Amino acid sequence: MATPLKRVRGLGAAHRGTETFWRQRVTAIANIPLVIFLVLSIISHIGASYTQVKAYLAQPIVAVLMLALILSAAIHMRIGLKEIIEDYVHSEYCKVAALLLVTFFAGVVGIACILAIVKISLGS
Amino acid sequence: MIRFGPNEASRLIAPARRVGYEKSSSLGNDCNPMTNKLEAERPLSPHLQIYRPMLTLMMSIAHRITGASLAVGFALLTWWLVAISIGPEAYATVDHFFAGIVGRTLLFLFTWALMHHMLGGIRHLIWDTGAGLDKTSIEVFAWLTIITSTVLTVLIWIAGYALMGRF
Repeated sequence: MATPLKRVRGLGAAHRGTETFWRQRVTAIANIPLVIFLVLSIISHIGASYTQVKAYLAQPIVAVLMLALILSAAIHMRIGLKEIIEDYVHSEYCKVAALLLVTFFAGVVGIACILAIVKISLGS
Repeated sequence: MIRFGPNEASRLIAPARRVGYEKSSSLGNDCNPMTNKLEAERPLSPHLQIYRPMLTLMMSIAHRITGASLAVGFALLTWWLVAISIGPEAYATVDHFFAGIVGRTLLFLFTWALMHHMLGGIRHLIWDTGAGLDKTSIEVFAWLTIITSTVLTVLIWIAGYALMGRF
């Protein structure tokens, strides 16, 4: 008897294996210290002037940590939103459209943040 | 971990008799297990609406909602960083927005969602090791996530207001 098992073996709703699961865990672990760093950075600069904020972000260590956060969070966000869509959006057209939207969103915010940090740290 | 009443148990075994049982033409192509005859004949895991709302269920949903909400937070962070890279005028606009009531509310919710999702994530990482999956632990983890995320959010905001006059 044909069962849906054949579809599940290695190729579930995501058409992917365990690497997404693992990547979500790796980025989750990375996000913990990086988010704490972001929160501390922000609360220690409330009320700071534009020059002070820019000078802070331009420091190499700060820029590296910010870039790491953006990269890790963008990957984590993309996987998370993707999983929500795969679970709740059953129409194939809507699912693909939503997945594309999520991928583009993660890509655009990620690239925009990276460019901003690079621009700030290079002082141009 | 999952508790059912006697009425719910029968629905678990045969949900297909209630919905879409007669539909067989779409066999194979139909992705929805509730309308696909072949798939619906198997015992299905029950759908969300038949569960009694329990804390652990709510926390699972909250983890997804907070996670999805953080996408808005990411957009706010992007706006802030891009504005700083553009120049003082653009930064003044963002700064003005975040200082206002809408901005502060969004940032407060962002903080809370971030803390809730982070602690919920740590909970999941603990579960990934196989630890803390018993009935008592999951309840304790749920309460710890709720309480600690709220406490941390309030502490962050107290620290933020306390440090505001430093510059």
